[in-house]
Amino acid sequence: MDSITLKVPHTTERPAEITNYGPTTHISQPSVTGTSVVAFKYKDGIIMATDCLASYGSMARFRNETRMISVGNNTLVGMSGDTGDFQHMKHTLENLLTHEYDMDDGQNMGTRSIYKYISNIMYGRRSKIDPLWNSYVVAGVENGESFLGFVDYYGTTYQSPTIATGFGAYLAQPILRKYVEGHEDELTEEEAVRILDDCMRVLYYRDGRSFNKLRRAKVTAEGVEISEPYPLDTNWTIANYVVGYGS
Amino acid sequence: MTSIGTGYDLSVSTYSPDGRVFQVEYAQKAVDNSGTAIGLRVKDGVVLAVEKIKHSRLLVPNSNKRIMTAGKHIGFASAGWMSDTRHLVKRARDEARHYYGTYKTEIPAKIIAERMGMYVQAYTLYSAVRPFGVSTLLATMDNNDPQLYMIEPSGQYMGYRGCAAGKGKQAAKTEIEKLDLDSLSVRDAVKEAARIIYSVHDSTKDKLFELELSWVCAESNGVHTHVPQDLFDEAVEYAENADNSDDEGDEEMEDDE
Repeated sequence: MDSITLKVPHTTERPAEITNYGPTTHISQPSVTGTSVVAFKYKDGIIMATDCLASYGSMARFRNETRMISVGNNTLVGMSGDTGDFQHMKHTLENLLTHEYDMDDGQNMGTRSIYKYISNIMYGRRSKIDPLWNSYVVAGVENGESFLGFVDYYGTTYQSPTIATGFGAYLAQPILRKYVEGHEDELTEEEAVRILDDCMRVLYYRDGRSFNKLRRAKVTAEGVEISEPYPLDTNWTIANYVVGYGS
Repeated sequence: MTSIGTGYDLSVSTYSPDGRVFQVEYAQKAVDNSGTAIGLRVKDGVVLAVEKIKHSRLLVPNSNKRIMTAGKHIGFASAGWMSDTRHLVKRARDEARHYYGTYKTEIPAKIIAERMGMYVQAYTLYSAVRPFGVSTLLATMDNNDPQLYMIEPSGQYMGYRGCAAGKGKQAAKTEIEKLDLDSLSVRDAVKEAARIIYSVHDSTKDKLFELELSWVCAESNGVHTHVPQDLFDEAVEYAENADNSDDEGDEEMEDDE
């Protein structure tokens, strides 16, 4: 009688590239990613936007993801980069906030503390040569003063009245330089929304990893508000005249 | 105490000839010396109240809390030794956090009660450890479902609609039994809980005490928190007034009989 050969399912077989010996290896590239975060200060606080896409390489894999979260009472965090690492960060922050709540000391986590915590995690991970593949934008309003800060996977931080991550740093930042900087205290919410939508529209036109379904969020003295997803009006009639770029 | 000197109470791993573990009963006694803690489960929430006995006027008001939070939706009140309580509340927090980390959903009341019960029970098994001198009241809200559990030093844990531990537990239980817990609103339950704590407080034995009140309910967004100051004041006022009229009421009843 012939013997029966059974193949071990691929799930129980160890992939060849994962070995039990040799140097420690870390993930060296992001897999499921979110693109730009755009945020800036205006009269009442801070406004921010991200789209709802999580790409798998160049594939538009998950089209209903939220890349902004509210942390504590008056802090908004926006993320670009690896969504898995973002989930890890969300859980870490949640644990931190639960711990703080349990303390029952009447203190609550302020925006600056959350910013410091995130940047310390990011720098700590890069020092283990195992960075979290994200850029974070942390925004909040504390004692009538608005705060806007940036952290990347090196743990590099800076604060600025306008911040744009990823592709936004090239495409949205110049727009923000022109229309926002120097006018932060005068911009109304209406104007801010218009500028933000313009930035997101430019990004949608030119960033291949972007998506025309986005959320807008604001932090004011009243707290954090994250909008439902919405699309932007776009006009592609001139697309025919665009030549070059490998097309 | 007939058990003393018999040698059967030296270790938690020794039974007495009639099948008792004296160490566990002593732990229960430690609980019975403590200020009263009560829990009321009504239709839309759970209320915890504690009579925190103060041994000195020099203590900072609201310090050494006996009602704590173990994960946002879990209230933790205790009667017994505070040092043991702090250990148990740490354990409860770790359990709640670990469960959430594994399942990404808040730990259900039944599970946390079971895990705490098992943990407490393990300390009644070995001669190298002693049982916890604490009765723990767990008040939680999972998916708008209010739950109240009490864990005793033996590790026995049960769900309750109303429960009490500590010095005044007998008197408190009689008072709780008079309440219509099904129809009581959570705000009224806060007031009743305050009233019960005031009524079981024995001012001849313990002069100073502080009332602690907390709740988990829809009004607190399913989160365990101390009751708002205005409700607290209202409850204290209600308790102080009711205390006298209640005594009169009892006398009248006696007259009727």
